[in-house]
Amino acid sequence: MTADMLSQDLTLLIPEILLACGAMALLMLGVFLKGEGANRLVQWLTVGLLAVAGLAALFAMTGEGTAFSGGFIFDSLARFSKVAIGIVAAIAMLLAMPYLQAEKLGKMEYPILVALAAAGMMMMVSANDLISMYMAIELQSLALYVLAAFNRDSLRASEAGLKYFVLGALSSGLLLYGASLVYGFAGATGFNEIAIAVESGPTVGLIFGLVFVICGLAFKVSAAPFHMWTPDVYEGAPTPVTAFFATAPKFAAMILLARVLVEPFGGMVEQWRDVIWILAVLSMGIGAFGALTQTNIKRLMAYSSIANMGYALVAVAAASQTGMWALLVYMVLYMISVIGSFGAILSMRTREGMVEQISDLAGVAQRNPGLGWSITALMFSIGGLPFMVGFFGKFFLIYAAVESGLLILAVLAVLFSVVGAAYYLRVVKTVWFDEGEVEFVPAALSIYWVTRLAGLATVALLPVVGWVVYRAVSVGLTVL
Amino acid sequence: MMEIGLGHYLAVAAVLFTIGVFGIFVNRKNVIILLMSIELILLSVNINLVAFSSFLGDLAGQVFALFVLTVAAAEAAVGLAILVVFFRNRGDISVEGVNLMKG
Repeated sequence: MTADMLSQDLTLLIPEILLACGAMALLMLGVFLKGEGANRLVQWLTVGLLAVAGLAALFAMTGEGTAFSGGFIFDSLARFSKVAIGIVAAIAMLLAMPYLQAEKLGKMEYPILVALAAAGMMMMVSANDLISMYMAIELQSLALYVLAAFNRDSLRASEAGLKYFVLGALSSGLLLYGASLVYGFAGATGFNEIAIAVESGPTVGLIFGLVFVICGLAFKVSAAPFHMWTPDVYEGAPTPVTAFFATAPKFAAMILLARVLVEPFGGMVEQWRDVIWILAVLSMGIGAFGALTQTNIKRLMAYSSIANMGYALVAVAAASQTGMWALLVYMVLYMISVIGSFGAILSMRTREGMVEQISDLAGVAQRNPGLGWSITALMFSIGGLPFMVGFFGKFFLIYAAVESGLLILAVLAVLFSVVGAAYYLRVVKTVWFDEGEVEFVPAALSIYWVTRLAGLATVALLPVVGWVVYRAVSVGLTVL
Repeated sequence: MMEIGLGHYLAVAAVLFTIGVFGIFVNRKNVIILLMSIELILLSVNINLVAFSSFLGDLAGQVFALFVLTVAAAEAAVGLAILVVFFRNRGDISVEGVNLMKG
């Protein structure tokens, strides 16, 4: 026992330990080396730390298995998710640096909070126990509440932080109440033990608890009808924070939701599929119709993310291996498109400061063709127009839904996707055909390259996506 | 003499939970009351956990309750900090005042 087992357990947590200890060390560094230069240093080191943690999950981890008496699991799903979270968080941090400098927000707490939130997300995708699930969610959320209100002299940002905090805490409360019921009626907190209890027959108490847990997690992924915080928080929070919110936390929460539903509650598919069905349809509908009237591009992205979470939930509702593959492919493609779009939004800086109305983009393609093409490719990809990768992401998850016999859901997904295409096309139309003279200052190097590369990736990734879809459909690779 | 069993504890917790949720949605006056409601929700969960733990003879529930207490303290600290920032910018903390962004 003890020393050997402990070191064995700890080797499964290398990325998290790296991130947590690294964040502490950088905090000390930032406190003791005061000044603008130290802040820049901490920011760059955090980018490196996040990338290293993500790559450590890919290369440094040899074994898979559970640690701490089954409270923590490292499997291929967790490995994949950790790599994605580490890299996306690093890119989001890269995008944030020029903005923070220009807006005089370059405090060293920002990168530390991003690193701690990323540690929480990495633990979320590995949670295998109600307690570790709750602690991981809170580690992530507490850091994100502060980030939302990071621009503390702005009324908008502090209001966004307050809204996010109150609704986030409420969602944690719902999740926790559900967890307490699940614990009581299953008799254990571990996911494996709960799965055994569920197999022996779902009771009313378990269903009740599960519904509360789903509600709590639906808040975190901003699925309708629990989406009301999303547009306000996206609009109010500083733009790079919004870019971060829209990507990694959504991904982590979606993976956690899928794991909770498929692993401990896999025996109750019949019960939870209806709940997810309703969440998916409402999210797709509210996301598609809500975005039509928006004039602020950050609010537009908020509704777009609500709709996209609806599509991801379609894959969850399929509750199959194909569905899990579709979910992973879709979420990764979504993150690439969204981080690129926020790169484009961060490029919308005039001499007076940031602008964020869609009309400010008018005619940008004539003055700045590179930016125009990138926005076009990214909007087409998120909207799911053929032949961008986003189309194959949607195609794959609709395939998974049809395979599981969810025909009505698949038809609704296609219909809402047509409605959604309208507002993505509106942005593209504004970019190419409207008259405007808002002159943007040249974007910083990191923002420039993230936008261009993400735009390029919407086409360049086609062979990879095609190969994954082919393998998953024909060979039936397992994820869990 | 009536025996106080698991059901009674669960009922108290459910009532507290409902009061907490209503406190968040019905209250129009003061943001501090929102924080108190959140605290109420977390405490109702603790009652649930301890009652189940004692009923099942399993310690995990009490360990869970201790974690929840700790996180609740951290959450209150973050919440109050954000509230102070909001008050500095806005000048009051009525819930109706949290209305800059809509739609």
